[in-house]
Amino acid sequence: MIRDITIGQYYPADSILHRLDPRTKLMGTLIFIISVFLFHTIPGYAVATIFLAALIKISKVPVKFIFKGLKAIFVILIITMLFNIFLTPGEVIWKLGFLKMTKEGISLAVRMAIRLIYLVIGSSLMTLTTTPNQLTDGLERGLRPLNRLHVPVHEISMMMSIALRFIPILLEETDKIMKAQIARGADFEDGNLLQKVKNMVPLLVPLFISAFRRANDLAMAMEARCYHGGEHRTQMKPLCYEKRDHVTYLILAAYLAVAITFRVVGI
Amino acid sequence: MGIIKALKVGFDYFKYDDDGNVQETQRAVDDVNVDIQEGEFVAILGHNGSGKSTFAKHINALLLPTEGTVWIDNMDTLKEPDLWKIRQKAGMVFQNPDNQIIGTIVEEDVGFGPENMGVPTEDIWKRVEESLSKTGMTAYRHHSPNKLSGGQKQRVAIAGVMAMRPRCIVLDEPTAMLDPNGRKEVLDAVHQLNKQEKVTVVLITHYMEEVIDADHVYVMDEGHVVMEGTPREIFSQVETLKKYRLDVPQVTLLAHELKKSGVDLPDGILTTEELVNALCQ
Repeated sequence: MIRDITIGQYYPADSILHRLDPRTKLMGTLIFIISVFLFHTIPGYAVATIFLAALIKISKVPVKFIFKGLKAIFVILIITMLFNIFLTPGEVIWKLGFLKMTKEGISLAVRMAIRLIYLVIGSSLMTLTTTPNQLTDGLERGLRPLNRLHVPVHEISMMMSIALRFIPILLEETDKIMKAQIARGADFEDGNLLQKVKNMVPLLVPLFISAFRRANDLAMAMEARCYHGGEHRTQMKPLCYEKRDHVTYLILAAYLAVAITFRVVGI
Repeated sequence: MGIIKALKVGFDYFKYDDDGNVQETQRAVDDVNVDIQEGEFVAILGHNGSGKSTFAKHINALLLPTEGTVWIDNMDTLKEPDLWKIRQKAGMVFQNPDNQIIGTIVEEDVGFGPENMGVPTEDIWKRVEESLSKTGMTAYRHHSPNKLSGGQKQRVAIAGVMAMRPRCIVLDEPTAMLDPNGRKEVLDAVHQLNKQEKVTVVLITHYMEEVIDADHVYVMDEGHVVMEGTPREIFSQVETLKKYRLDVPQVTLLAHELKKSGVDLPDGILTTEELVNALCQ
C-alpha cells in the first residue's frame, strides 16, 4: 500500500505540462480544485472530466500511474462516503436502527467522492509533472510577498523540497524495517485496529531514529556545500514566464469562467 | 605550507547533563599534525572510533578545533569570515549517498553548491555540465537519484562537490556502503579527478586496498596519528598495523607470511604483480 502513494513522485517525461512554469501549474491546480467545488451537476462534472482527461493525455504520464495514487485514499474515501450517506438529513429511503440512508445523502456522497478523487488526481498530476525543486521554487516565488511580513518563505520551501525528496527514501526504509520485523515474528496484519496500532510501535521507533539521523547527516552535507539560507543565493533554473504560460493562464481563466457561469446559472 | 595544514589539532566531544553543564569530555582528536601539499592523493586510515572522520570534518570547518589550528589554503578555519570560502575550497563527500543528495534530479543536485555560492545562472549550467562529464554522469543528468546505484549516487555527490570548483576534496568513507563494483567506480572517478584536474584528495577509509595508490598515508588510532608515510612504508609494517586493528591487503599479508617462513622477499609488496615478479626472480 505504501508504494501506491504517488503524491510527491516525479514522473520524468517530455511534455508541455512538464515544461510549464511551476507557478502556472500551481495556479492551475488551485483553479482546478476551486472548479471541482464550484461544479455540482452532471454537465459540470463532465466539463471537469474532459479538462482533466485532456491534461492527463498531454502530460504523457501513464494513466495507470495516476490511478495508483488513488488506492492510498480509498479508506478515507469510503469513510467520507458513509458519513455523507447516513448523516445527511433528508428524504429517507432505507433505515437500519438509528442509521438513515437519505436520497440527499447519496447524492452528496457521490459528489464528495468525485471531488476527492479529482482533487487527488489533479494535485498528483501536478507533482508528477513538476520536480519538487521546481515546485518549491514556484511556491517560493509565488509567496515572496509574504517575506515582507517576515515569513521565512525560502526556509519553508527548502523544508518542503527536502521532505518531498525523502518521502520515497523513508518509504523504502519503512518497507525494509517492516520486512525485518516480520522476519523476526512481528505481525502487522492481524488483530483489531488498536492492536494494529500497537504493533506499529516497533516499526515507528526505528523509523524515527533513522529519520533524525538522516536529518543530521543531510544538514551537515548541506552546510558542507555552503548552504546558508536564502540570502545571496542564485538559482540554476530561475523562473520566467514564457508564451506557453501566458496561453495556459488564458485557458485557465476561461475554464474558471465556465465553472463560475455553471454555478451562477445553476446547471 | 601545503594546502591543508593542521597544527597540534585537538577536539573534544562534550556530553551535557540535563542542566546543560559539561558532564564528560571525550577526546576524539589529539595532537594531530598534518601537512598536505596541493595535488596530492592522501589517505587517512583508521579503525572505527579512531577519530579519522572527526578530523576530516575539521578540513572544511564543519567542526572547529578545541585546540590547535587548521589552515586551508592559508585560511584559519577558526576565522568566521572565511568560513564559506573554506567550505568552497575544501569540498566534502560523506559516507551515506542518500543523505547528502539534496536535489531530486541529478543535475539539480549538482547545481546546489554553486547556487549557494551565488554563482550566476549561466555559470551554474557550465559548471554542472563540466562536473557531470568529469565524473561520467552526464548520461544520468535527468534521472532521479533514487533510481541510481550506490556508486552512481556517490559519483553524483562528487560531481556536486566538483561544481563548487574546490581545490581539494575530502571523502569520508565514500565506499563504506557500496558493493565492490560501486567501490571501484567511485575510486576510479576520484583518481581521475586527482590526476586530470589536479585536485587534492583526502580519502578517509578503512579499506586497505583503496590506499595502495595514494601518495601519502596517515594511520590514526584513538585520536592520534600513529603512522605516516608512503603506502609501501606503511604496509611493510604488517605487525604494527595489526596492532591498530587494520588489515593489510591480502597480497601483502601473503608476502609477509611467506617472508616469515623463510622466502626471500622485499618488504611492502602491494600488488599481485609485484609478488609474482619478486617470486620469479
